[in-house]
Amino acid sequence: MSIDHAPLSINEPLSTLDVLESEAIHIIREVAAEFEKPVLLFSGGKDSVTVLHLAAKAFWPAKIPFGLLHVDTGHNFPEILQFRDETAARYGIELSVAKVQDYIDDGRLRERADGTRNTLQTQPLIDAIAAGGYDAVFGGARRDEDKARAKERILSLRDEFGQWDPSNQRPELWNIYNGRHSVGEHVRVFPISNFTELDVWSYIERENIALPHLYYAHEREVFNRDGMWWSTGEFSTPRAGEDVVRKSVRYRTVGDMSCTGAVESDASDIASVLAEVAVTTVTERGATRADDRISAAAMEDRKKDGYF
Amino acid sequence: MTTTPDTTAATQTTTLLRFATAGSVDDGKSTLVGRLLHDAKAILADQLEAVTRTSAERGFVGGEFDFALLTDGLRAEREQGITIDVAYRYFATDRRSFILADCPGHVQYTRNMVTGATTADAVVVLIDARTGATEQTRRHLTVVQRLGIAHVIVAINKIDLLGYDHVAYAKVEAEVKELAEEIGLDTAHLIPVSALAGDNVAAASENTPWYSGPSLLELLETLPSKEEDTADLEPFRLDVQSVLRPQGGLAPGLDPEQFRDYRAVTGQVTSGRVHLGDEIDVHPAGVTTTVIGIDTADGPLESAGAPLSVALRLADDIDTARGTVLAAAGTLPQPRKIVRAEVFPFTAEGLRSGDRVLVKAGTSTVKAIVTIESRRNFATSASEPAEVLAGNDIGIAEVKLATALPVADFGEHGRSGGFLIIDPQTGATVAAGIHTPAEEGLG
Repeated sequence: MSIDHAPLSINEPLSTLDVLESEAIHIIREVAAEFEKPVLLFSGGKDSVTVLHLAAKAFWPAKIPFGLLHVDTGHNFPEILQFRDETAARYGIELSVAKVQDYIDDGRLRERADGTRNTLQTQPLIDAIAAGGYDAVFGGARRDEDKARAKERILSLRDEFGQWDPSNQRPELWNIYNGRHSVGEHVRVFPISNFTELDVWSYIERENIALPHLYYAHEREVFNRDGMWWSTGEFSTPRAGEDVVRKSVRYRTVGDMSCTGAVESDASDIASVLAEVAVTTVTERGATRADDRISAAAMEDRKKDGYF
Repeated sequence: MTTTPDTTAATQTTTLLRFATAGSVDDGKSTLVGRLLHDAKAILADQLEAVTRTSAERGFVGGEFDFALLTDGLRAEREQGITIDVAYRYFATDRRSFILADCPGHVQYTRNMVTGATTADAVVVLIDARTGATEQTRRHLTVVQRLGIAHVIVAINKIDLLGYDHVAYAKVEAEVKELAEEIGLDTAHLIPVSALAGDNVAAASENTPWYSGPSLLELLETLPSKEEDTADLEPFRLDVQSVLRPQGGLAPGLDPEQFRDYRAVTGQVTSGRVHLGDEIDVHPAGVTTTVIGIDTADGPLESAGAPLSVALRLADDIDTARGTVLAAAGTLPQPRKIVRAEVFPFTAEGLRSGDRVLVKAGTSTVKAIVTIESRRNFATSASEPAEVLAGNDIGIAEVKLATALPVADFGEHGRSGGFLIIDPQTGATVAAGIHTPAEEGLG
């Protein structure tokens, strides 16, 4: 990247990815210009990695003018945590971490019977937003992920309790975003709302964005439960009758280890992952997220409660 | 037409078309949307399974399903069987990617329609072939005309219930055509469809040999997007978002020497195309300068058209803070303090003369006072003097701005004649406004 090399000419129509990138950059710049203290919620997952990459492009050659926030469930894949730290260092920006484990240790939160910790992230997230004084929180949610997300605005107002009120959303018109909020309220911002899973992968390929290797096929000790492949480990142990086998798998989402399953795959590079995503017959959340199988409104209920 | 998914086609470079659908449940809109997604293979197995299961619980038989379940994302919607809010759906064919904004026809229909349509390249207005154009159709077509939507498609649905009779269809077609022309939509596309049976939705139907035009999906695949249509016709405009000065902190890996004096303005090209060396007018500085750099993180460009996000370097060191407007020399609209606008109130309280509001246009937010002039009556299609506009009304207002802004005539600079009206106390977006020259709007 330099301002000296020969200018490019682009007279042909912009591609889908060009248009989506341009929209995301516009949104990120709007929020950086109008809010006091934005922060980017960063999990090391492909969607938040994509938002971070877009933020870097939005402010080039300046560095990203806000930091990263991660809510660590305590059940994260170690590879992801390492990737998270390396990525923050590479972009030269600050990383804050809120830990679910701290809340469990001092009794503010109680472990759920089923052991999943995804819903437990909400309280530490809201506390971290309040403590950090963040008035805008970028996230990598996409509208094609879930029916409730399909209805959420790009700038989504949250009250003091982090709650989303789906029946009282501001109309979002043209490319003009209204981020006005009162003290105590904040705004969640979803710059890649209009990307699909396939768009994200195509964009990662085009931009050559580094991802945790969990997204690519690798050999792993797994067992099958409810049609998903679970990694054997501290947070997910096979029950009687669940045989542990060695398989080539990859993750389509990387969340909490206790609720994120893998899919069988031989896709070991970006091109083969893309080919796999293009012909998939099951949504990524349906395939690999136990927490979204609870009910048709699982995501809506979590969002109303302050979740992303 | 998509058949089985083909990986090379799905991942090749495609263009994007955004379109909105408008119409009421009774017109079969959910069925049409569901049919489009289904026939374009955009519904994945687990989604289809969930919908089929819920459909069976609701009494749908023989594997038939309630397509509305695909788009009704909120619990309240599913429970009440109504659609409350705009839902966005995504699908792609071999030829194009689509973003569909599904605008419900219930309750806050104007709010939903305006929300879905302001970003759309095309709008599909659905009508029931048996009832023909209604007051609701007139309202929908008026909104899309006022919003300057590039392509309007009227899907005349339920032709199966007319027995695919050409004479019966021709009567409805003539009536809709007349209405569209009266509203100023001479180029509207009319398509006879049956969403339920799939006629002319994704593929041409054998049941309508008298119709030689494209199916709905074929038409959507081939329409130029708003920007493809106008990028080289409209003058360049960009509303400045911020000034980029990396001296405070350079991105890692860049050479500080090279960027020591770097200064650029950021923004998304609103309309037209800007080239290196172009002369541009700068508001409010009131000067003309030259574009000496069009930068992106991927490297510099020779030119950039809407809707690209860029950073522009200018020859002269002038004040270009957020809210500055750049336009091709000689095309900057006269900055004005009084804006006459078509307004679309969104809230139950509506909008009344004397309301003190904020206007957000482009990247500027200014105080303003509203004076309502008139209200459209969709039953008589006339305008009546009014001082109050209720939610769902459409009318003309005079908006007095605290600071003059170069508000464009809508369509002159892409979509930059549109603005938000915000309640300064609640922060809510209470209405949309579209700058409307005096001679129009009272018709």
